[in-house]
Amino acid sequence: MGTNSGLDGYGSRPSIDVERAAGSGSGSFSGEGAGAGIRVGVVTFPGSLDDRDAARAVRMVGAEAVPLWHGTHDLEGVDAIILPGGFSYGDYLRAGAIASLSPIMAEVVDAAESGVPVLGICNGFQMLTEAHLLPGGLIRNDHGAFICRDQRLRVENTSTAWSNAFADGAEITIPLKNGEGGFIASADEIARLEGEGHVVFRYLEVNPNGSMNDIAGITNARGNVVGLMPHPEHAVEPGFGPDTRAAMRSGTDGLALFASALTALLARA
Amino acid sequence: MPTIVVEVMPKAELLDPQGKAVAGALARLGRSQINGVRVGKRFEIEVDGPADDAILAEVAALADEVLANLVIEDVISVHFAGADGFGLDASLDFATGNVTSDTSAAAAGATSTETAQQLDDEISEGLA
Repeated sequence: MGTNSGLDGYGSRPSIDVERAAGSGSGSFSGEGAGAGIRVGVVTFPGSLDDRDAARAVRMVGAEAVPLWHGTHDLEGVDAIILPGGFSYGDYLRAGAIASLSPIMAEVVDAAESGVPVLGICNGFQMLTEAHLLPGGLIRNDHGAFICRDQRLRVENTSTAWSNAFADGAEITIPLKNGEGGFIASADEIARLEGEGHVVFRYLEVNPNGSMNDIAGITNARGNVVGLMPHPEHAVEPGFGPDTRAAMRSGTDGLALFASALTALLARA
Repeated sequence: MPTIVVEVMPKAELLDPQGKAVAGALARLGRSQINGVRVGKRFEIEVDGPADDAILAEVAALADEVLANLVIEDVISVHFAGADGFGLDASLDFATGNVTSDTSAAAAGATSTETAQQLDDEISEGLA
């Protein structure tokens, strides 16, 4: 980010040469090309870490990744939006709280309410709860420590904009890394989430952070907004994903999340 | 300039991992009589204008919307500095060290201008 002169946080957007930074973007996903013409925005906040990884994942399913800047009110006409992981504003106040008040979040909230697919990963999930686009909240892990592991999940709802490319009940492994990933909500809210099928991803084998009902990710009533703590963008390319039985670091279970958005958008078009 | 104090705590029914970690550390120091710690936040907000109910209500609304996330936290108190038994007003709070953003008093070795009796009276008023 050496080119970012906007140190006051709302300054000019740093110039990011996305293509060069992320390499060729060629991947093994069989649906490559299906996303031609679809533009997915990835918002960078001060302290975002995984914005480029998310943009790369978007390109690997054949869509165009559009870098967006938190300090503007411009979504640049994108078809879908990703709020990436990281530690926006150093987790000050509460994780995601200050970022959820960023200028661009007004447009993100409007877009989400009009049905645009919005995905929040980790810190992005925390922002979605702080912006009240998703219910509940995320608190410090119950064991008090940061945790980083390849996490097994079950896909509980395959009808959302970000999970429709999974088979019903699919079990996947993608990396998880957080300090404040404990999902909590009131008993009524938990019952409603479970009753209406709004739990999208559930932790399997290990509950890594004390989340209620082993909840790893949820959606809104419309199914266009999804937030999850684990990081699908870190499991999209052989050689850089979680280990699988077949080979080390060969896991690409995260790709289907990004492919899902394309399916959702093409179905709508 | 009036200072408004906002206190926020994690919801009582939720686990407070930070408090649990602090309680564990105290226990390791041999403080076995301490069996629970909860950690919250105190905001000290300086405002312009008179110290009246209107500004208090405005800050209370901000506390609910921004300073706290009511899904996971409760706003415990919104009050003018000095109204909680820790001093007569904000400037005295600074002098007694109860307000911590001003470090000049501590650096200069300044002591409170209040007598111990005055302080005791205020504390009992605050508790009353």
